[in-house]
Parts: sequence; C-alpha cells; structure tokens
Amino acid sequence: MNIMVLVKQVPATDKVKMDEETGTMIRDGVASELNPLDLYAVEEAVRIKERLGSGVVISVLSMGPQKAAEAVRSAIAIGCDSGFLLSDKKFAGSDTWATAYALSTGIRKVAGGVDLVLCGERATDGETGQVGPEVGAYLGLPVLTYVSKIEEIGDGRIVAHRAVEGGHEVVEAPLPALVSVVKEINEPRMPNLKGKMKAKRTEVPILTAEDIGADESRLGLKGSPTRVVKIFRPQLARSGTIVSAQADPDAAVEGLVDFLIQKAIL
Amino acid sequence: MVEKKADGARAVWTLGEVRNGQVHPVSYELLAWGRGLADDLGVELVSVLLGSGMKDKAQGLIHRGADRVLVVDHPALEHFTVDPFAEVLTALIEEYRPDVFLASATTMGRTIMPVLAVKVGAGLTADCTGLTIDPEEKLLIQSRPAVGGNIMATIKTPTLRPQMSTVRPKSKRPLAPDTARQGEIVLKEFGEGKLSSRVKRLRFIEEDTIGAPIQDAEAIVAVGHGLKDARHLGMIEELVGLLGGSIGASRRAIDQGWISYSHQVGLSGKTVSPRLYIACGISGAVQHLAGIQSAETIVAINSDPEAAIFSVADYGLVGDLFEIIPRLIEKIKKRTKEV
Repeated sequence: MNIMVLVKQVPATDKVKMDEETGTMIRDGVASELNPLDLYAVEEAVRIKERLGSGVVISVLSMGPQKAAEAVRSAIAIGCDSGFLLSDKKFAGSDTWATAYALSTGIRKVAGGVDLVLCGERATDGETGQVGPEVGAYLGLPVLTYVSKIEEIGDGRIVAHRAVEGGHEVVEAPLPALVSVVKEINEPRMPNLKGKMKAKRTEVPILTAEDIGADESRLGLKGSPTRVVKIFRPQLARSGTIVSAQADPDAAVEGLVDFLIQKAIL
Repeated sequence: MVEKKADGARAVWTLGEVRNGQVHPVSYELLAWGRGLADDLGVELVSVLLGSGMKDKAQGLIHRGADRVLVVDHPALEHFTVDPFAEVLTALIEEYRPDVFLASATTMGRTIMPVLAVKVGAGLTADCTGLTIDPEEKLLIQSRPAVGGNIMATIKTPTLRPQMSTVRPKSKRPLAPDTARQGEIVLKEFGEGKLSSRVKRLRFIEEDTIGAPIQDAEAIVAVGHGLKDARHLGMIEELVGLLGGSIGASRRAIDQGWISYSHQVGLSGKTVSPRLYIACGISGAVQHLAGIQSAETIVAINSDPEAAIFSVADYGLVGDLFEIIPRLIEKIKKRTKEV
C-alpha cells in the first residue's frame, strides 16, 4: 500500500507581524514548523504502517520555499519513508486552487500509484481547509473529510468515521481515496533519536514546475482565481464597564444583574 | 421586487443544507447574506436544495428571501455524499452560470465547495465572515479571518465564475420569514448516472452534548482555565439552566478534558452569536475572541484585570469566579421570582 501524506510548513507562532503599509505578512525571520494539524495525518500514516506491516510505503509531499524541506524531514523523523518538495518561484503566490493543482500534478509525478492520500484538516496559517478536498477532486478520488477514526483499511477499501455536526458519520469507500483527518483521530508521537538521525540522512528531492510537467498558466499568482486585496488587523474591542468584584462581590454582582435586566436579557 | 433576469442568469446562488430531513437554519443565514448581494447586483437570489422528500420544504427558503428555489429531490440525495452532490451541482452551475455561489462553512459546505471549485474551474474563498459587492467593479468582496484571528484578509475573484465562498455559520441572522413572499420552485431531475456515490454511509453515531448545540444557543456560559477542575462544572450547569442556554469552553478547558470538543468556542471550535455570552475564567486568546465577536452582549468574569477578555466585554467583573457565580445564580433566582 502506497500512502502519500501532504504537509505544509507554517509560521511557528500565531503572533504574525504585519507590514502595515503594504498589508502583507512578514515571514522573514519568523521560525517555521510542520503544520501542527498535519502531525495527525503523519501519525495516522505511521499507525497504518505499523498495523499492516512492511508492505506499506509512506511518502511525504510538500510545496513551499526551499526551507520547507525541514517540514518534510520532520515527517520522516516520525516514521515516513521518503519525501519530496515542490519548490519553484513559479509556485509563489498560489491560492488553494493553484496549490492543489501543483500538488496533484506532483503526486502523479512522484508516485506511480497511490492508495491513500492523507492530509490534515487545515493549516494553522491560511486556515482554509480547501487544499485537501481540491487535491482529491483533481485526482478524481473519493474525498473523505473530517475523519476522526479509521476503522478498517486494506483490501482496496476504507471504513472511516467522519466528525460532523451532531455526531459521527461512518462511511465506506473504495481505495484509492483522499482522507483529511481531525485532531480527534490520534495523539501524535514525538520523533525518537533514530527517526531524527534518519531524517537528517534522507535526501529530500526538490522538484520544479518543469520537473513535474505542470501547466505554468495554472500556477502561482497568475494561475490563481482568487486575489488577496488587503490584509488588516481586526478590531474586536468593545468599551464596556469593568467593575472590581474583589472588595464587595455582592454589590458587583448586583450591578451585573441590573445590567442584564436593562439589556432585557433577564 | 428585484427585476428578474431570464433563467436565473447572473444570479446569486446559495446552497441549502438539509439535516435529518429538514432545511437547516444555516440555509436561511446564507439567504440573508445573498439577499443583500443580489439586491446590490440587481439580480435574482436562487437557493439550490438537494435532498430526499424536500419538495414541500422549499417554500421556507422563499419566505426567507429566495426568489427561486432549484430542487433536486431523490432518495440518493438523502444524506450528503460528495459524488452525487458534486455531479448535480456541477451540472446546474454549467446550465445556469450563476455569478456568485455561497455555501455555509459547515462540514458539508467545506467539503463540497472545494471539490466544485476544481470541477467547474472557479475560485473559492473559505470561511468568510463578511461579503459585500464592490460598487464599481460589481465584484464580490470576501472578508475572512486567518492565522487564528490575528489577521483579516479581503479577497476577490476577478475573472472566473461563479465567485464562490463558504460562509461562517452565525455570521449573520436570518431574515424574518415573510409568508406572503412569492417565488418560483423549479424541480430538476437527474439520471442515475449522476446520482451514484463511491462513498457509502453505513451508520450515524449521535453525540451527547450538554444542552443545545452551542452554535444555536441564545445564552452561553463559557468556561476557561480559571475553572480549575471539571467538578466545578456543576455551578456552571445551574447558571446555564437558569439562562436557558448551553455551556461553552475555551481551547484550554477542552485540552484539560473537562468537556467535549463540541463545546469549544473560537476559531478552532465554533463561532457563536448568542444574545448573552458569559466568559468565566477565560483569558481571551485572539482565536477565542474572534469566535465571539458577533455575540450581542459579552460579560467577562476573570481574576486578572489585565486579561484580554475584558477588552471585548460589555460588562466585566474582576474577581474570583467562585465568589461571583454562586452569587449570580442566587440573585437571578431572586429577581426572576420577583417578576
């Protein structure tokens, strides 16, 4: 069984700095990490391999600047077998649609046949959650999103639980399929020393747009249907009444109750 | 009344959402967004409803703002699965060529819309909290939070059609139903070829939650790290009972395992817009604050006067929640008895 795990490198903090004049995120000098929600996809791939044995081969694919090879190595350190990085100026500025086109073209190029494409629910920076299902659509695969448990996998089929509104939907699909997973699915392990050593040794080939035979008109900013017009800091503040309840909690709570009555809530 | 264009051309579309055989209220929230956009563009507002036995329920969408409803009614569409929904919606989009297509950012919307974006070759913006029409270019301007609510991005789709968005549930209140409102219900039929699914639904496991789902609650009492222990949930439940609401929780409270994930409020959980939100012992991470910004009234209770939650509060009490909550319960009981 061939498993392909899609990962993304993201800023290691949500305290992003912004260039207020240009309205763009400042990424230089910001530490990066493997998208925390991708760890669940990596972990699940490794668990499938542990369950089914050595016939399972796990590859990792990412797209980003050259330093994103580190994210691919982080996944290898946890137990994936090999990895590839799509990196080229021509990919820069891709929205989810163009990113999914590049990734799906890359998957076709690096993997002869894939039985399972695994990804996280979304990345913690862009937070769209769109790339996974879009890759599934480009590859023409059954798409299983919000998967919280893989009950059975093998013999060309998968039975999975999907965490949806009001409960869990249990579904069956033929393989190959694209599966995006949620946090509920497992508890990701930390890489051990052996894994880290292996990741260090493993070469992560870098593939350009030409290498994967991508149609350049569908890549980058010019291949992206959507355009970011501006980025700004949201204003959430309200100017409410703040009262200390430390000295006289009774009076303070009385004040709150009066406020709620005045607001017609009580 | 909006001037109607032939065959719904250049229309604004919304995707109706069916759960348990009923039109789910998120469908009406989308119509509230769509109505404004359609009026600004001077086009008609169309809702698309896929399901089984839904023919008779389409009228409600007209009462809530749709000019027309396209209904595809077939047992194969009883539950959402990607293949038949994608086939049917692709065929409808190619037939009618809408200008704008909105779906709720529910698990269904966030699954079907990316697949459609690829199939019809159009752009998609995720999880929007604001939608307007640019008066000059007549383009859809989509606003969405990113990076844990730390930034907002404004996005447009200059050339490809439809301009597609998923829209965060509870980002707008539905229009009041107007039973006198007239509109057209159009039944569309599709052959088995478009209705088969590779994914089979085997069963559904319902979830136990305390009270109503938080995204539907009119009052939410939410707990954070300051609750200290799950055994203190008892007094919160009592307060929730008095207010007729639900319990919410911050990510830190969920991570402690005090209450299930379905209660999580914030961008990493559910966005809520209750009439009353009481945050107890929640410090107020940006992703949490971004998830409660459309609450009508926010009350914050926290022992740290510097807690960020106070910056968004309409009324804040700085103090020990274990002193405040029991008093609040007692005083609400007394006041409601007096009335």
